[in-house]
Amino acid sequence: MKKLSRLSYLWNGIILENPILILMIGLCPTLATSLSARDGLGMGIAASFVIIGSNIIVSLVRRVVPENVRIPVFIIIISTFVTIVDYTLQAYFPELYRVLGVFVPLIVVNCIVLGRAEAFAYRHGVIDSFLDGLGKSLGFTLVIFLMGLIREFLAQGTFFGKSLGLSFLEKQGILFMLFPPGGFLLIGLLKALVNKYIKRE
Amino acid sequence: MSPLKIFLASFLVNNIVLMRYIGLCPFFGVSTRFSTSFGMGMAVIFVMTLATLVTYLLYHLFLLPLNLLFLRTAVFILVIASLVQLIEMFMKKSFRALYSAMGIYLPLITTNCAILACTFLVIDYKYSLLNALIFALGTSLGFTFVILLFSAIRERLEYAEISPAFKGYTIAFISAALVSLGFLGFAGLFGISL
Repeated sequence: MKKLSRLSYLWNGIILENPILILMIGLCPTLATSLSARDGLGMGIAASFVIIGSNIIVSLVRRVVPENVRIPVFIIIISTFVTIVDYTLQAYFPELYRVLGVFVPLIVVNCIVLGRAEAFAYRHGVIDSFLDGLGKSLGFTLVIFLMGLIREFLAQGTFFGKSLGLSFLEKQGILFMLFPPGGFLLIGLLKALVNKYIKRE
Repeated sequence: MSPLKIFLASFLVNNIVLMRYIGLCPFFGVSTRFSTSFGMGMAVIFVMTLATLVTYLLYHLFLLPLNLLFLRTAVFILVIASLVQLIEMFMKKSFRALYSAMGIYLPLITTNCAILACTFLVIDYKYSLLNALIFALGTSLGFTFVILLFSAIRERLEYAEISPAFKGYTIAFISAALVSLGFLGFAGLFGISL
């Protein structure tokens, strides 16, 4: 019984309470950094590290942090993890860091991170918080990666920068998808699909 | 770049919401009514300009000389959060009318990524203090302009006949794509590139 309910955190995070397509939070990085599959995956992993890490730490300190000052404490914990990600990317993945730009430090105001700390990790145990963070980050990463995949394919005809032999797309790609309107249109269409096929209980 | 170009670039060409995808949560969340959009826009103009001034001075007078650059993210978000709190208390006491117009939007602004993004961008672009303030003013006016424009569209959309799957957020995204397509036309204005 206990095991089943714990697995449901993962399922909830990915499908039923997907942070982007169902809860509609964390939209900025989703649209801005999904220009290619690689960028989307990079942003997804960077944000996941922050979500899971801050969920674990918040859950560990929840008994010693008074209710009144919890938000500043959460912000300090989150910004510590964001700084770790910021400097790690700068040192080991300079190319990805250049593409993601200001969106790396902006993870600190990503509503998913603070939202999970406040709504879940502050009231639950470490293992539950870890699983909840994992589920929500998987849901986030999946959508941002999917959008990157679609936008890269339509605009350049490639998959992770590799040619798929579709010369018509490579020569005359739909560059619209790389521009800001393309991102809004794609997430609108994805949301419409979700509305049609996934009903929220 | 001249101050006028910086203003136009931040206001129209590189509009923070439609071209840079920053501040989308309040943009979609608050833009359902014209009046709420107005309150949010005013609060953003006020806080963004003030926050940019404070964090710019803090960065150049303390963080840079003391070699504490790794604290940038933590310091900026905390300064903005406390600044917003301070403004709220000050307004409640001294400017009741202004407080009732934008008061409830002030706490929401702490997690508005547009404010934090603006303070980071002026440092990444290595602007002088005057240019940084012009950039902040242009960016916040651009945010307000777009959110007002968009709220007018959304008030109309409420009475439109839309297929069930496209109701609510979905049609808002599609409308944003069209408005954004319009803003793409400003690229190249006075030689300012995207």
